[in-house]
Amino acid sequence: MFEINATGAYYRDLNSQVREAVEKGEKEITLKGVNGQYYIGDGLRGNAQITIEGVPGNDLAAFMDGPTIRVKSNAQDNLCNTMNGGKVIIEGNAGDVLGYGMRGGKLHVRGDVGYRVGIHMKGLKKQAPTIVVGGTAGDFFGEYMAGGVLILLGLDEKETRPIVGDYLGTGMHGGAIYVRGEVDKNLCGAEVGVLETDEDDAKVLKEALADYCKDFGLKLEDIMKKPFKKLVPVSSRPYGNLYAY
Amino acid sequence: MFKSLAPPEYIADIDREKCIRCKRCIQNCGWSVYSWGGDKVLINTSKCVKCLRCYHYCPEEAITIVDNPTRFKSNAYWSFNNIRNLKRQAETGGMPLTGMGSDQKYPILFDSLLIDACQVTNPSIDPLREPMELRTYLGKKPSALSIEKGKDGKARLNGKMPPQIALKLPLVFGPMSYGSISLNAQKVLARTAKECGILMNTGEGGLHEDLLPYRSNIVVQVASGRFGVNPDYLNAGVAVEIKIGQGAKPGIGGHLPGEKIPLDVARTRMIPVGTDAISPAPQHDIYSIEDLRQLIYAIKEATNYKPVSVKIAAVHNVAAIASGVVRAGADIVYIDGFRGGTGAAPSIIRDHLGIPIEHALAAVDDRLRQEGIRNEASIIAAGGIRSSADAAKAIALGADAVAIATAALITMGCTTCGKCYTGNCSWGITTQRPELTARLDPEVYAERLINLVHAWEHELKEILGALGINAIESLRGNRERLRGVGLDAQTLDILGVKPAGR
Amino acid sequence: MNHNYQKDISGCGLTGLISKKRRRLSGDQIVKSLCLMNDRGNGLGAGYAAYGIYPEFKDFYAFHIMFDEPSIRWSVEEYLKANYHIEKVEEIPTFPVKAIQISPLLVRYFVRPLKERIVGEMQEEDFVVNSVMKVNSEIDGAYIFSSGKNMGAFKGVGNPADIAEFFRIEEYEGYIWTAHTRFPTNTPGWWGGAHPFTLLDWSIVHNGEISSYGINKRYLEMYGYKLTLLTDTEVAAYMLDLLIRRQGLDIPSACLVLAAPFWKNIDAKPPEEREFLTALRQTYGSALLNGPFSILFGHSNGLVGINDRIKLRPLVVAVKDDITYMASEESAIRAICPAPEKVWAPRAGEPTIVELDKEV
Repeated sequence: MFEINATGAYYRDLNSQVREAVEKGEKEITLKGVNGQYYIGDGLRGNAQITIEGVPGNDLAAFMDGPTIRVKSNAQDNLCNTMNGGKVIIEGNAGDVLGYGMRGGKLHVRGDVGYRVGIHMKGLKKQAPTIVVGGTAGDFFGEYMAGGVLILLGLDEKETRPIVGDYLGTGMHGGAIYVRGEVDKNLCGAEVGVLETDEDDAKVLKEALADYCKDFGLKLEDIMKKPFKKLVPVSSRPYGNLYAY
Repeated sequence: MFKSLAPPEYIADIDREKCIRCKRCIQNCGWSVYSWGGDKVLINTSKCVKCLRCYHYCPEEAITIVDNPTRFKSNAYWSFNNIRNLKRQAETGGMPLTGMGSDQKYPILFDSLLIDACQVTNPSIDPLREPMELRTYLGKKPSALSIEKGKDGKARLNGKMPPQIALKLPLVFGPMSYGSISLNAQKVLARTAKECGILMNTGEGGLHEDLLPYRSNIVVQVASGRFGVNPDYLNAGVAVEIKIGQGAKPGIGGHLPGEKIPLDVARTRMIPVGTDAISPAPQHDIYSIEDLRQLIYAIKEATNYKPVSVKIAAVHNVAAIASGVVRAGADIVYIDGFRGGTGAAPSIIRDHLGIPIEHALAAVDDRLRQEGIRNEASIIAAGGIRSSADAAKAIALGADAVAIATAALITMGCTTCGKCYTGNCSWGITTQRPELTARLDPEVYAERLINLVHAWEHELKEILGALGINAIESLRGNRERLRGVGLDAQTLDILGVKPAGR
Repeated sequence: MNHNYQKDISGCGLTGLISKKRRRLSGDQIVKSLCLMNDRGNGLGAGYAAYGIYPEFKDFYAFHIMFDEPSIRWSVEEYLKANYHIEKVEEIPTFPVKAIQISPLLVRYFVRPLKERIVGEMQEEDFVVNSVMKVNSEIDGAYIFSSGKNMGAFKGVGNPADIAEFFRIEEYEGYIWTAHTRFPTNTPGWWGGAHPFTLLDWSIVHNGEISSYGINKRYLEMYGYKLTLLTDTEVAAYMLDLLIRRQGLDIPSACLVLAAPFWKNIDAKPPEEREFLTALRQTYGSALLNGPFSILFGHSNGLVGINDRIKLRPLVVAVKDDITYMASEESAIRAICPAPEKVWAPRAGEPTIVELDKEV
């Protein structure tokens, strides 16, 4: 294991240390004493396993393509911005605008997330991003979604806040959002249809959640006990009538 | 169906004496104006946009397209467009869409500015036989160069310059995405950029693999839709541009209609086929200037510090915005004026929001100088550059380079008909229909665009020669060599230009 | 209204000389040289600058100030007293000359900035430059036309011989001299418009019109210079002050900025030199003096002659013993040095740099 002491380091120096270690072929890297450094793992490739102790700064794993990052605490905003591949695991909560324009790879958050999570996610058949959130999410969850999978679990039974905010999936025109429990239709964007899950959905969910459970030591059957709702776009051209030609 | 109460704008007519019934007009028209009636060509003139494709391809010169003499009653206040749009809105409930830059009658400052020339007190220069330099470098410049003495006692550079992009002349192509224009149109731009030593810009539709051979002349764009953005893409070109806004539609997002999203475009953008590709109005990771800084440096970190350009629309407060953009770390500020083009914008937005590039450029250049940071970023001026004279005037007002897009499309056959959003472009430019795009042979049309760039290059050299200067940097920001005609005192003050006669 | 100015346009002739060994030469030589080129001027401006003329006050800045009205003198002196120790004040000695009917009040002050007035990271020179800018741009009718140490400029409206007689140039002895005769094409009448133009120890005489003036001016304004005179010469002086004194370029590098080599030639250089020259042009494009010029610039350690990069203005250099001569015409040199050891015309943009021997 390769250790980097990040205490007080400026992000540019820290990230060049990380890049150097990855280029040298280090497979397991631990960053100690991280607090607020931006851009950790930005544009990073390869398959290194990076563990972060402390709260990393914004734009963690932006444009990342390959590595796995595990954050042992909370994380801030803009995680996985336009991320292409790899995995980010957050043991605590995370902030706003996570996975913006995400194109592949996984983001697993154990706790709650903020506003505008999973917006403008992309996806092709072969390559599609997945975000799984264990707690609750704020407004605009899955806005403009064009592909990939968003799963919201609401695992904390004592949580009194609603599992998701308003304007859920607004502008959605591709991909799928799964919410564990009931979805208030009033909170959904006009473009969203709420469906019951079927066999195929169960397969998708099991595959995604088995990996999620492994990351956090949870039991898949506990999670699957509660039924999910599936949100999909009702029209591929939600704005077809907006304009006069 | 209820017939539209908006009369057709153009009348397409065929001289039946001349017509040999070859049906080329039917094949060529992307708008289905013509159809075969068994013994003759039928005409649905209400579909005509006056793109003149049929006219050029009629072997007998049998076709004429004229403006419809049947107009609404002329009215100095209620214009044709006003009345037509009202009728369309009544018929559809939609926002009338339009393409290209605004064609409305706002003052054009470029046409009120004249360039100086030398007589006696300083000499003009022969641009053909004496050296005349247009080379331009885009990028952050230090305020002062740090030098050290070498062993030979000669000065040399101490440290490294920030990254610079060399242009053979101060011209680039404005961003136009794959999707908004055809891949063949992008190839024309890319080939020309490479041949002429300038840049093309992908727009925000991702980078098609066919363009990879031209990567050293490509700027890749990151916009709110994040289409096609991955680490390879960010590193594919010579610079990355963050698009905040567009002159034709400041403050509103992009909307590529599903008609222009076939499989290949969908694949490049990673979205479903036939859906509308949405670029939201804001980038949702930029709600404030410090967020722009965060994205600029996220891109720099991912690209080992390639230059980052930030494209903004010219709006009322553009000087302060540009200052913020420079302070946020941009290497290039791309300012797109009110007249800038678009593939699709609601006409209400296009014709009523923003300010012209001339005012914006003058204000931004002044502000950056007042703050002592003009060297921190290059300025690209865009939004209605129609000729090398517009380019020279923009450079004299303070631009490092100008961007052209509409002018480039015109070399490919565009007549500024303004219907880019329909995806029916008969010239194969703003369409993805394979039978239409196949017409735009990249090799043939690149030659035409290369000709245009060379012609402008000569014209710019002639202008410099007349001004008695032999390097473009002596024109850049040299407002002393411009004079205004018919401009009021306040406008002259904003432009920093004296009136003619002074 | 910072744009509404009328730019000063003029043609001219120039001459200069330097004794490397710091021999102090009488002013009659330079006057004779300049007067030979009478036809290059039109009698509407001439001037002289000399170094080494105030050895007894060499540690003080010698401010030569012209006042349109005697009454203005007091407000300037009030400002000077508040900021400077004034070692000596006197009217600049003049002779009555028939052709010069009207002249401003001309006074010189030998001064040193008060230490307590210089705060923070400011250098003493910056303080003096700021004073010059302040007086020249803010006090109407007062103009500091010379502000260096152990040097001075003498200039006015008139032909070279009359101006020399008026200022009693023959009575000064200096080791560097420059001089200028002028052919203005606009309304004459202001003495400050004549050359040499000076700032601190920089003195410039200049022939030709810089076609890039507009951007050079705006570039300098970004660094706090106030261009009040509307002449190219002012641009050249401030540019040297910026590049050499404030930004630390050496004289050869500064010359490469003012008359930058062509890209074609830069591209053909070996890598290290190419990188340096490219960076210079990239950084200082707005400082390029484009258009016809030949310039002599004097400073406390030497004299430099340079012309534009396609040689649109003449410059001839000659050497005899320890003296180097530079002038618009060879005959102006031969008038005072009939048999030089060597005479040549420098190539376009190639500076001739002469430095004084170290003081012993």
